[in-house]
Amino acid sequence: MDGSAILERLRDRFGTRIVETHDFRGDHTAVVDRPALPDVLRACRDDAELGFDVLMDLTAVDYSRYPGREDGPRFEVVYHLYSLAWNHRLRVKVRVEEDDAVVPTAVRLWPIANWFEREVWDMFGVRFEGHPDPRRLLMYEEFVGHPLRKDYPVSRRQPLIGPKV
Amino acid sequence: MARATTREFMLGEGSGTGSGAQTLQVGVGPAHPAMHGIIRILAELDGEIISRADVEIGYLHRAFEKECEVGGWNNAIPYTDRLNYVSPLINNFGYASAVEKLLGIDVTERCKYIRVIMSEISRICDHLTCIGASAMELGAFTVFLYMIKAREFLWELVEDVTGARLTISYGRVGGVKADLPEGFGERVRKAFKETREVLDEVHRLLTGLRIFMDRMVGVGALSREETRAYAITGPMLRAAGVAYDVRRAQPYYVYDRLDFEIPTQKDGDNYSRYLVRMAEMEQSMRIVEQALAALPGGPINVDFEGRPIDPASYVDQGKQGKTEGLLLVPLTLSPNLQGQNRSVYERVNAPDKRVVLPPKETTYGSIEGLMNHFMLIMEGYGIRPPRGEAYFAVEGANGELGFYVVSDGTDRPYRVRCRPPCLPPLAALHRMIEGEMVADLIPTFGSVNMIGGELDR
Amino acid sequence: MGVGSFFAGKLDEAIGWARKYSIFQYPFVTACCGMEYMATACSHYDVDRFGAGLPRFSPRQADVLFVVGTISHKMAPVLKRVYDQMTEPKWVVAFGVCTCTGGFYDNYATVMGIDTIIPVDVYIPGCPPRPESVLDGLMKLQDKIAASTQRF
Repeated sequence: MDGSAILERLRDRFGTRIVETHDFRGDHTAVVDRPALPDVLRACRDDAELGFDVLMDLTAVDYSRYPGREDGPRFEVVYHLYSLAWNHRLRVKVRVEEDDAVVPTAVRLWPIANWFEREVWDMFGVRFEGHPDPRRLLMYEEFVGHPLRKDYPVSRRQPLIGPKV
Repeated sequence: MARATTREFMLGEGSGTGSGAQTLQVGVGPAHPAMHGIIRILAELDGEIISRADVEIGYLHRAFEKECEVGGWNNAIPYTDRLNYVSPLINNFGYASAVEKLLGIDVTERCKYIRVIMSEISRICDHLTCIGASAMELGAFTVFLYMIKAREFLWELVEDVTGARLTISYGRVGGVKADLPEGFGERVRKAFKETREVLDEVHRLLTGLRIFMDRMVGVGALSREETRAYAITGPMLRAAGVAYDVRRAQPYYVYDRLDFEIPTQKDGDNYSRYLVRMAEMEQSMRIVEQALAALPGGPINVDFEGRPIDPASYVDQGKQGKTEGLLLVPLTLSPNLQGQNRSVYERVNAPDKRVVLPPKETTYGSIEGLMNHFMLIMEGYGIRPPRGEAYFAVEGANGELGFYVVSDGTDRPYRVRCRPPCLPPLAALHRMIEGEMVADLIPTFGSVNMIGGELDR
Repeated sequence: MGVGSFFAGKLDEAIGWARKYSIFQYPFVTACCGMEYMATACSHYDVDRFGAGLPRFSPRQADVLFVVGTISHKMAPVLKRVYDQMTEPKWVVAFGVCTCTGGFYDNYATVMGIDTIIPVDVYIPGCPPRPESVLDGLMKLQDKIAASTQRF
């Protein structure tokens, strides 16, 4: 299906729960309301015409230093979906506030979301409700803080052994 | 006996329930010869069978994504080299293409061909290293030596073009650093002849060998549905029977004009992955040969008109005492590195002043060039993509390597995300080894081709 | 005492000579430098001709710890433990600039030089160092081993 037809289909099905859609540089993107996220993702996977059976990537972006969006929702969790059968792609985004950084998990739809969500928790501190194993993925458990947040300075080290510099 | 909870498994408490035989917890890694790079597999063994495995990564986390936010757009290129460090050119070009997509610019034809040629040479190096290392772990040390020998020939080619063997920083946003050197086609022919001989020998050594097949056939298999559900791409998906290759599905550069096959197998076990990788190397060599033949602008000649002898030969002759007539030989030196003279530099870089540095002759020779150079290099200036985001996927040696870049309109990236192709197979590793024997862990892990730099970023 | 120290000196030299030509390395390989380590160990740049061609993957059996590639803070305790498990006499080679000083990874995850954790004998800078640099470093290590007072 054509990218705009995919967005059309989602808008038909979910109406105003699709907050925004755009297609910048050919990447068709839909920004979704958080309560609608599990339904939208399930529809993306199970709908015969959409058929997004591969969750290519799940990541997050911290918009607290983005000029023009410093006061808006801080985190945006981004899902890159791909369909092997139809060879089309979609990007789904959901925006969450800093003090309510919780998103429903996608593990039951795509098992790879397990590790991707662990990484987002590790790097950004966004929790995934219903995740079976919420541990850090890349950093060690003793690490305090979430390094990819914009307010974490790049060279603040927390050594386990060795000099505290 | 009672099954240990995750917490007990991780912290080791309560594992003795006192009710008969217990499982043994073995930590494989992180410092282990067969864990390429570093990773820890906490295996719970029931005799010789792995009943449960937990894979722990992050021992090589080097904050690639955070470091990219610190410098300019081109400053991230050396960090991308060190992602998948066995095929660094593919990462360079993937990142550069993602930024070019965001900018909305297109590179020159010749640059596309050069990127294809260098990507494929990198891919061959990656497969050689993967098969060599995993064969070594099974005991086939000779295969490792042969494949590293072939890799050396290819690294000599890479060094001729980029100047370095491994961490090359060759790609730039808008083009590549420099053009191909003179005589490259001939050197490629020689290197590929050697590589084909090595592949032939390895086929004769390994492919039909009873011991190799016993260890690899039927081991570490993953069904097609699970491979898809775990978002595994690349040779592992093709070994399970799905012919998905980003070069065919969403062709980029000039892959739609080149003729190559996508080798697939049916079983999805280690042996199929080995066969797929061996076949892909041959296909990559085909691609390079076609691209060299079709290169627009012809084989390049970096020499200037009227330069009858190059400086190195001049010096060599002087050292050998063959100095008759040398004083009379006209000698002009290029002020630039090979491949960066204005005429060739402009052939391989996009003609966009906001993005690509001007050639040195223009920078030092005209005020417009100097200002252009200043506006791109000095702090606070630089490449300024429009606000927005873009995702670009290339076919890395392990699968779909995607770069998701977010720009806020300034000269520094706001967010660079690398979608690592070897993270999904590692997430699925526990499915591949649970139920198998401990010794099967080694070939399975070797066939996954985990590269620490890419996995942990 | 003069004659005694002459013989002790000659014995030191002999043992030093034997030790420098039979290096059993523990290649603690983490990252990209591992590729150049493999290249040095293989046919083109053969490290076996220096007597250093047999890697021992157990710290108990090795005498030189080649730390190859970036060490992150998560990995640092493992490195220290491996170093502690090695028996005397032992030497450490910091292979690659990430182990010497941290390289260009000045961030929250990287140890800025393994000499903050374990003592280092030879530093081989480079990102990654060419095999010729590695062999130069190995020869410097051999000189160091030969020249030191041997303890046994």
